Amino acid sequence: MPGKLKVKIVAGRHLPVMDRASDLTDAFVEVKFGNTTFKTDVYLKSLNPQWNSEWFKFEVDDEDLQDEPLQITVLDHDTYSANDAIGKVYIDIDPLLYSEAATVISGWFPIYDTIHGIRGEINVIVKVDLFNDLNRFRQSSCGVKFFCTTSIPKCYRAVIIHGFVEELVVNEDPEYQWIDRIRTPRASNEARQRLISLMSGELQRKIGLKVLEMRGNAVVGYLQCFDLEGESGLVVRAIGTACTLDKLSSPAAFLPACNSPSKEMKEIPFNEDPNPNTHSSGPSTPLKNQTYSFSPSKSYSRQSSSSDTDLSLTPKTGMGSGSAGKEGGPFKALLRQQTQSALEQREFPFFTLTAFPPGFLVHVGGVVSARSVKLLDRIHNPDEPETRDAWWAEIRQEIKSHAKALGCHAVVGYSESTSICEEVCILSASGTAAVLNPRFLQDGTVEGCLEQRLEENLPVGCGFCHIPYDELNMPFPAHLTYCYNCRKQKVPDVLFTTIDLPTDAAVVGKGCLIQARLCRLKKKAQAEANATAISNLLPFMEYEVHTQLMNKLKLKGMNALFGLRIQITVGENMLMGLASATGVYLAALPTPGGIQIAGKTPNDGSYEQHISHMQKKINDTIAKNKELYEINPPEISEEVIGSPIPEPRQRSRLLRSQSESSDEVIELDLSHGKKDAFVLEIDDTDAMEDVHSLLTDVPPPSGFYSCNTEIMPGINNWTSEIQMFTSVRVIRLSSLNLTNQALNKNFNDLCENLLKSLYFKLRSMIPCCLCHVNFTVSLPEDELIQVTVTAVAITFDKNQALQTIKTHVEKSLQRASTDNEELLQFPLELCSDSLPPHPFPPAKEHLESASSNSGIPAAQRAVTVEKASPVAEGNFRNRSAPPCANSTVGVVKMTPLSFIPGAKITKYLGIINMFFIRETTSLREEGGVSGFLHAFIAEVFAMVRAHVAALGGNAVVSYIMKQCVFMENPNKNQAQCLINVSGDAVVFVRESDLEVISTQQPTANCQPLCTGGEVTT
Amino acid sequence: MTNELDIFVGNTTLIDEDVYRLWLDGYSVSDAVARRVRSGILEQTGATAAVLQSDTMDHYRTFHMLERLLHAPPKLLHQLIFQIPPSRQALLIERYYAFDEAFVREVLGKKLSKGTKKDLDDISTKTGITLKSCRRQFDNFKRVFKVVEEMRGSLVDNIQQHFLLSDRLSRDYAAIVFFANNRFETGKKKLQYLSFGDFAFCAELMIQNWTLGAVDSQVDDMDVDLDKEFLQDLKELKVLVADKDLLDLHKSLVCTALRGKLSVFSEMEANFKPPASGAEDRTPRIPAPQNLSRGLVNVAAKLIHNKDVRDLFVDLIEKFVEPCRSDHWPLNDVRLFLNQYSASVHSLDGFRHQTLWDRYMGTLRGCLLRLYHD
Repeated sequence: MPGKLKVKIVAGRHLPVMDRASDLTDAFVEVKFGNTTFKTDVYLKSLNPQWNSEWFKFEVDDEDLQDEPLQITVLDHDTYSANDAIGKVYIDIDPLLYSEAATVISGWFPIYDTIHGIRGEINVIVKVDLFNDLNRFRQSSCGVKFFCTTSIPKCYRAVIIHGFVEELVVNEDPEYQWIDRIRTPRASNEARQRLISLMSGELQRKIGLKVLEMRGNAVVGYLQCFDLEGESGLVVRAIGTACTLDKLSSPAAFLPACNSPSKEMKEIPFNEDPNPNTHSSGPSTPLKNQTYSFSPSKSYSRQSSSSDTDLSLTPKTGMGSGSAGKEGGPFKALLRQQTQSALEQREFPFFTLTAFPPGFLVHVGGVVSARSVKLLDRIHNPDEPETRDAWWAEIRQEIKSHAKALGCHAVVGYSESTSICEEVCILSASGTAAVLNPRFLQDGTVEGCLEQRLEENLPVGCGFCHIPYDELNMPFPAHLTYCYNCRKQKVPDVLFTTIDLPTDAAVVGKGCLIQARLCRLKKKAQAEANATAISNLLPFMEYEVHTQLMNKLKLKGMNALFGLRIQITVGENMLMGLASATGVYLAALPTPGGIQIAGKTPNDGSYEQHISHMQKKINDTIAKNKELYEINPPEISEEVIGSPIPEPRQRSRLLRSQSESSDEVIELDLSHGKKDAFVLEIDDTDAMEDVHSLLTDVPPPSGFYSCNTEIMPGINNWTSEIQMFTSVRVIRLSSLNLTNQALNKNFNDLCENLLKSLYFKLRSMIPCCLCHVNFTVSLPEDELIQVTVTAVAITFDKNQALQTIKTHVEKSLQRASTDNEELLQFPLELCSDSLPPHPFPPAKEHLESASSNSGIPAAQRAVTVEKASPVAEGNFRNRSAPPCANSTVGVVKMTPLSFIPGAKITKYLGIINMFFIRETTSLREEGGVSGFLHAFIAEVFAMVRAHVAALGGNAVVSYIMKQCVFMENPNKNQAQCLINVSGDAVVFVRESDLEVISTQQPTANCQPLCTGGEVTT
Repeated sequence: MTNELDIFVGNTTLIDEDVYRLWLDGYSVSDAVARRVRSGILEQTGATAAVLQSDTMDHYRTFHMLERLLHAPPKLLHQLIFQIPPSRQALLIERYYAFDEAFVREVLGKKLSKGTKKDLDDISTKTGITLKSCRRQFDNFKRVFKVVEEMRGSLVDNIQQHFLLSDRLSRDYAAIVFFANNRFETGKKKLQYLSFGDFAFCAELMIQNWTLGAVDSQVDDMDVDLDKEFLQDLKELKVLVADKDLLDLHKSLVCTALRGKLSVFSEMEANFKPPASGAEDRTPRIPAPQNLSRGLVNVAAKLIHNKDVRDLFVDLIEKFVEPCRSDHWPLNDVRLFLNQYSASVHSLDGFRHQTLWDRYMGTLRGCLLRLYHD
């Protein structure tokens, strides 16, 4: 009996009227965990019941604690008929199971009903007492921490990165069980929500067990997905990276997230091929020891470990030394050997991380991907989901062998996805082949995560670009040159990856979002024939998508893609491809050549003219883009850039993998291409269309940037204003003009218009950057295309450099004059941001304070980096206390990024993983499909925020909407939507808090009323 | 290709102040889009009309969802669905409850009933305010009225507490509620020159001095209903004009004090007390000299009747403002006269109702000064 779960139901508010006669409600609450149920008393005739119940205690296994959600049902008591359900709250108690996360869940939760949406709120307190259990054969994995964040979480340090963990569980979908015919939609939805909650719990527990087996204590980059396979069942699968993490104890050691890309913070991968300059001075171990030695006084070093650890660096740096020019080969071989030994025990040397501790990533080979088309069949034995496991194993094998072909032993930035239509399912996996530093992968090695101060004369940010494969034995034709940065190693002319831009990468100018969009019609077919048709189309899709990406990249004058994500979606009568990535200009890679258009009928005069016109337009666009993104690489005199005569493009860039089964797996050789100008033959309408689509992509309006990676290369002075949003669009295609071109155009317009709308909506935030722009396409019906975008807009300051100095001075003055005790007397007023004070103070007070209102609210002030001081800690404690019942709702930030600009994450409270279903039978009354979905997404956000707030947090990072399945039947006035979201609940502290408290408090207090007063007319 | 569905949901709810105003003003989506286009926003931002349409729809949807909460503003503060910074919440509420001067002048003092609601069509046509906006404003008045009508405590405080309005707007609503409850006539032609602000000013003075709440702060309806006992007592003031000696004494006190200070002294002197007869008869061409004192005292004496309460403002204009205006009294002279007129009563030895007089005249003096303009 290893755990006691305690629940107290405090009160409800804003309940719906359940009794028409009295306009009131007689509410009571059922609290259910596993098979045990408790009930509160009925609180008669109130819409704001105060139950204040006793503590309901559940004595349960920790296995159940992990699997089961706590289920709270609010009902209206009815003497004569059955009690009416008002709604439910599911609470995942997992965050209470590990020591460092939340200790109590307490707060107001929206009461949710799958038919009516949110209906009031309920105040609940949940606690868990865990007993130590030393049973070796236990089935639970309490204590393993889960993070959605795909990098090492900010207040932790990676001791060892163990590697890939995966698991899947299957079950019958309650929606397709026979019983569904006789139960209400509500009962069916609830059964589904509960089942998925249960399955996620089970999945997480099983993954946790694997992590414990590997002697890890955490899963980073945890990605859990649902496959709604319809008749054949429901699959919940997850992948992640097992790690051993250490909590950083000193708050001063946190890296301020907002600054990570800035120059000052650049860290060098210390195991990277060393500087030719230092090397030319012969064996230089002592010198290098100095170079790498620690300076513990520096505030930005992540840990204050003693310099003992430096000793262990000596052999490695020594190993690197040799004759400068030729060292690549032997060095690489050595490294490979080491890595191999570290990785060979692993079945799949995959990592779901996209950002890495410094020094972890040695070389990047390129993108590897594999797809496979499968026919779904009923899963007969849910306890042995062998087929699904086998499918994924097969794909992972492919990925592994592709990586090997690129001379790499590992795959980073790895992810898996599916697209299902009827009984056909496309499984996809992709990642970036890479060579890793074995130091992080083994037990008993030195402490990880060392950081060095950037030495001025060390070349940085090119190591990962150097090719990992053998120059003489290249897996595909590629044009190699010497690295433009260090001039010692070979680099490809373009580099595609699925990871984030390494923080130390040398980049020229800014980056931008690049998308390739593609539709292909497909005949409607059944089963086997359908699968074959899709299999046949896939390679062409991949090829086209890749060509588009390459063209657009060149058009932007850039040479590398990061965060590449290619989604292929299957529908009844078409396939859609959508690739998103962030283009950048890597200083280490050669300048991309232009795009040349060539026609096949050179004799036709007007045609020639047309072509030269197009050519001019393209050249202009390239020049304009270079200016827009500030791409001015240093001129390299001794290099002859580009041969004058472009060669025709090679049509054989696709390497089919050798599997001759019904499914097809494709490897993309993504680091191909000529260094020279890229030639487009516009001998057919298709290509013509390509060129047009190239030119129709409009750049974002001035002041806007966008990327799909965590951070925007070239921007580092983020201010603290963030706005996360989800936008959904569905278009109906007129079935008349269904040609590939028309489809492509429609799809292209859809995406472009959506982006334009976003820019317009967020115009007040200029200058700003849309980060982590995540597009998903689905084909809910024959003629419908649905695009869902989630991203975060972050403002940045163009002229922060100056202000930083100024505010630093100001701040130090302020701090000197601030009395700590005084601060703590006003715990509720501490911050307008995370716990806003009551916005409507009594009138008289307002008048008084209004007179003292002098200018800018603190929150808008420039944010500067600041070390956490004991005062800040004190504030934080005050504020993280659960908001008291009658205060206004605390602000919870949400962001798909792993950090919050201008703030420090001080605590991870646990994973948020929620699944909701919403259904309506009165679609028109709820404002049509837009009204319905708008309300539902707002409700989902609200429920996520409420859960985070109840855990004591004030933000969700690495937030992702993994699924948004929308189905409508306007004729029946019905619609249904399923949404699955996840993220990490955290506590963050603003770096500017001290300012807020010391100087701006009265202002913050009266601010709302001041504005309010002005608008009266 | 048509957009079946098109939504944008931010973690922090986006509020566009311009669109909010258009929505409040009752424009349809297409009208709002047209107006936004005319504002030149397309040129400024480089957006297309389709983008504007989609944006406007989004905002309208959001406002529609927020409207339910705006009906009970404290709910907006505690709800979890829309994350809105407090300053924005205040703005949403304040603007939602803001009203048009033209509209409020039409319904001020009218019963907030279904009947009046039916007249909104006419008001809309007359004022050029959209029917939708008229409805919202009317419903706001009615909602506030219903909530605070029978509540204990200060009217302004109650409104502020239940609707979270700014001090200024709460006071305005207090005036609206007070006028609606007492049904003061404000629509007559001769009252047209008065602004809502004039009435609101008077309402505030009356609430402070003439209601139940002015004497006892623990009664229901304290700020909404006039103090009946007080109105009853006002009859006693009649003695000031009925008793010839008292009237003469009063007049001479005022005249002595003001001699040489008023530019309109002779008119004042002539008007204070009517010549022997026919004071009430006025020839339409030239306003006959009117007895200011008698007018003011008579107004007081009549207030016991509900109908006369309703006509309070009409009477004040007829009995005091118009005669003074026709004699071209400067505002400052009116002020000097009223001050002296109220003050000198204290020197009338035979007059016993000093407190009553002060309660009445103090308020009336303030009102008259406010009402006295062109």
